[in-house]
Amino acid sequence: MTTTQDRYLQVQNINKIFTRDNVSNQVLADVNLNVKRGEYISIIGHSGCGKSTLLNIVAGLTTATDGYVILDGKEVNAPGPDRSMVFQNHSLLPWLTVYENVALAVNKVCKHKNRKERHEWILHNLNLVGMSHAIERRPGEISGGMKQRVGIARALAMEPKLLLLDEPFGALDALTRAHLQDEVMRIQADLNNTVLMITHDVDEAVLLSDKIVMMTNGPKATIGEILDIDLPRPRSRIELANDEKYNHYRGEVLRFLYEKHSKVKPITSSKKTEQTTEEKTAEAS
Amino acid sequence: MSNTKTLTLPAADNSALKEFGKRLWSNFVSKVLPPLLTLVFLVGLWEISCSQPGVLLPAPSEVISETWELITEPFYDNGGNDKGLGWQILASLERVAYGYALAVIVGIGLGVLVGSLDWAMRGLDPIFQVLRTVPPLAWLPISLAAFQASAPSAIFVIFITAIWPIIINTSVGIRNIPEDYSNVAKVLRLNPLEFFVRITLPAAAPYIFSGLRIGIGLSWLAIVAAEMLIGGVGIGFFIWDAWNASRLSDIVLALVIVGLVGYALDRMVGAIGNLITRGTSA
Repeated sequence: MTTTQDRYLQVQNINKIFTRDNVSNQVLADVNLNVKRGEYISIIGHSGCGKSTLLNIVAGLTTATDGYVILDGKEVNAPGPDRSMVFQNHSLLPWLTVYENVALAVNKVCKHKNRKERHEWILHNLNLVGMSHAIERRPGEISGGMKQRVGIARALAMEPKLLLLDEPFGALDALTRAHLQDEVMRIQADLNNTVLMITHDVDEAVLLSDKIVMMTNGPKATIGEILDIDLPRPRSRIELANDEKYNHYRGEVLRFLYEKHSKVKPITSSKKTEQTTEEKTAEAS
Repeated sequence: MSNTKTLTLPAADNSALKEFGKRLWSNFVSKVLPPLLTLVFLVGLWEISCSQPGVLLPAPSEVISETWELITEPFYDNGGNDKGLGWQILASLERVAYGYALAVIVGIGLGVLVGSLDWAMRGLDPIFQVLRTVPPLAWLPISLAAFQASAPSAIFVIFITAIWPIIINTSVGIRNIPEDYSNVAKVLRLNPLEFFVRITLPAAAPYIFSGLRIGIGLSWLAIVAAEMLIGGVGIGFFIWDAWNASRLSDIVLALVIVGLVGYALDRMVGAIGNLITRGTSA
């Protein structure tokens, strides 16, 4: 019993080699990860380190060259609604209203519910993300933050075993992002989903996660370190700002990203180092 | 109480009416006035230049006075080809309707095939690319030989003219479906039919409608030319007939009407497209 709970999601020896025009490029090398049920995991790394590829392999959208993924005792080799995904650019269908976008998923996935139950389930999930006021709008008529809320509602409505978030707040402005992060924490406190989130925002990772998976740079990227975030929930970004532990975790992640696995070698070009420090201050602010 | 009601209601109505009038006026100034002024200028230029002695083409005033009967009585019928312009246009529109409708059905079908199956694309696309450059009228002798009748030949020419942009645009639309949409479909495990109805068609609709719009324009271009050759009732043959009888004013009138009808057809397909693809491009 405990082993299935401890290894709800198992990523085993994943290798991924892309081959194009007889040039092969190993993106991922020997990635191993075990996730407990109800855990919130962030995967962080520089762009191009293959974290999206890893997420796509877990989603079943990309097949691994080697290795396997097991979710709740079953091997994953094709996409399915048990691993619903929130895409970075929301991926709502623009010709459907907010309601219809969620309904498409609910009607397809929740076949066991009758029509009335499905209708209520759609409204329930839109209400959960605070979008019940705009159910008849189309994606083109709502803001980026609202679109992402609908994307989250659609993913939650599938009642997935595993929720995959691919840089869900990456395209949003800082204020909207903070607001949505708080919403996700609130929802997560209620539903206690198992979540795998890709991000390159250090604060976001520390604030939301139970564990942060830090990836080394590609090619042949793999998991460098896993950091346990032992902060009590509910977490408040304002209180945590001066929290010693929180800042320690932030420091750990920053050190990993900018010292141990810096994308840009500091000595080779002074100009590029300046950029990295700029990025750092941008992260810090 | 009732007094105030009767007093306030008309006032409210009035302001709404004023608002409406304002919108109408600003629309008129920005959209109707410029082409109207240009038209007046061009017709004036035409009138002046064609009123000079020795000019062979009729001036607009001449055109109107000579064709007044045709303008006022579009639906007379003296038997044979001697019918009013309304009937002539309707006959042409009927041929276009048949040919175009066939082209829409077959064109979207083939476009979907070429767009979704790789081997269909590799096999058919080069053939389409060659055939689409054949001028519409070049098909007429072949179709006359095949059908041995003028009516189906004209319809075939419309069909073969309109079908290429429809096929090509449909297939491009289907090949350009964003990967995000197919990822969503994969996660939801939509079956091929659901994928086609829920994702493919709506995502490709803007492309399909731009093909349909080009197609209707080409159909109308082709029908006038085809009818000149096959004869019978129709605006094309009307023009040819007028040329043989040296009735230049009739030709000018027919050209104006052909232009207006073509414009209306284009706008109609465009409007249907906007209605159906509303939101898709967002």
